[in-house]
Amino acid sequence: MIRKKHAVILVYSTSYAIRAEKILYQAEISSKLIPVPRHLSSNCGVCVRIERTDVEAARQALENTNMEIEGIHDLE
Amino acid sequence: MIYFDNAATSWPKPPEVAEAMFHFLNEVGANPGRSGHRLAVESGRIVYNTREAVAEVFNAPDPLRVVFGHNVTEALNLALRGLLRAGDHVITSSMEHNSVMRPLRALERQGVEVTVVQCSPEGFLDPADVEAAVQPNTVMIALNHASNVVGTLLPVAEVGRIARQHDLLLLVDAAQVGGAYPLDVQADAIDLLGFTGHKSLYGPTGTGGLIVGERVDVARMEPLKRGGTCSHSEHEEQPDFLPDMYESGTLNAVGLAGLEASVRWVLERGVDAIRAHEVELARRLMSGLRDIPSTGSGRRPGVTVYGGMDANRQAATVSFHVAGMEPSEVGLRLDEEYGIMCRVGLHCAPVAHKTIGTFPVGTVRFGLGALNTLEEVDAAVAAVGQLAQEAQ
Repeated sequence: MIRKKHAVILVYSTSYAIRAEKILYQAEISSKLIPVPRHLSSNCGVCVRIERTDVEAARQALENTNMEIEGIHDLE
Repeated sequence: MIYFDNAATSWPKPPEVAEAMFHFLNEVGANPGRSGHRLAVESGRIVYNTREAVAEVFNAPDPLRVVFGHNVTEALNLALRGLLRAGDHVITSSMEHNSVMRPLRALERQGVEVTVVQCSPEGFLDPADVEAAVQPNTVMIALNHASNVVGTLLPVAEVGRIARQHDLLLLVDAAQVGGAYPLDVQADAIDLLGFTGHKSLYGPTGTGGLIVGERVDVARMEPLKRGGTCSHSEHEEQPDFLPDMYESGTLNAVGLAGLEASVRWVLERGVDAIRAHEVELARRLMSGLRDIPSTGSGRRPGVTVYGGMDANRQAATVSFHVAGMEPSEVGLRLDEEYGIMCRVGLHCAPVAHKTIGTFPVGTVRFGLGALNTLEEVDAAVAAVGQLAQEAQ
């Protein structure tokens, strides 16, 4: 149930995840770094979990800082 | 005890460094970038914050282009061996450390053409000589920013302009001054900056790296090593993005935790303020050594100081020779009788010693740092004066 509220931002590596976390924090969007769900990627690193309602604001914040991401997916 | 071996590694370190490392080992500990639990994430954050701190001190625009490694030697090897191919031409100076010269000599055997531009006996480099050495197949200029033997500063910004005019890459070995002299990779047109964490950035040994500028084609820069990066883990091929492509294997996270604290200490103190203090120390030291009375018949100087004798044109590293006494004996007696720690002999830079005329005997080297004082300089000058008297 809780998962349905969330989306995850996939990034290239942990360094990028931490950069994304900082950008989102500046934009006042709450986030949490979690292990990448296996069904989305086989990376052993982390991704950035956000509220689904924040997806557009997060996408905008990351675009404004030219931060490259791999994609944003809803958590089912 | 007087520690004048900061050119080899700075000591003591600011207390914040050990505190940050203690905190890391006891409270964080996890592998940065692996796993995904809270401690691994915190470890990754510490490493990322260290990238930001290093980027700030050198005015690099992107912390993710700060590649960490073991030391500056590894960084220089990555840049040189990663980018130079048979048929390429590279220009360097006759003041280089073996960290540049040995990789270049090895590359020469593989077909890379190397020009060593001669510096003056004081250790200075004329940028016009660098420009005159440019050939159609030149791809890179590799220079140290300050000599580890006599401290003389090479004209990095002027050479940077020449490199841009001829569309060459500029690689700078900032081992001796990174943190103790204002260095700006953007304003000085530095494409590749090798830095060490444990000298003028006051961090622990085992830290250093390479700042990779936007003009560097990373697709052409071969990693020195390949392996696990915890990114693109489904592939058996090395990732192709910074910094992961050059950071295989677990990073020295505890060292980098210490480096973040030390770089913040440098930034708080201010690079300009550290520089001003070191200029004052070097000026006092050189004039003190120069004023040591002549020995023998009164004609030969008691102490010969090498380099440009201008504190504004060098790092706070001063090399000298005591007439009538081997450098090794000077070093031993300074340590045993006066509690002064320094380095003697050849300083891993044979070409620089040949340039200043101290090969193969070498020199006595005092490497001063931000935490040394004028009182220590005066005490050391007095000690050297006594040795010079005895050596008559």
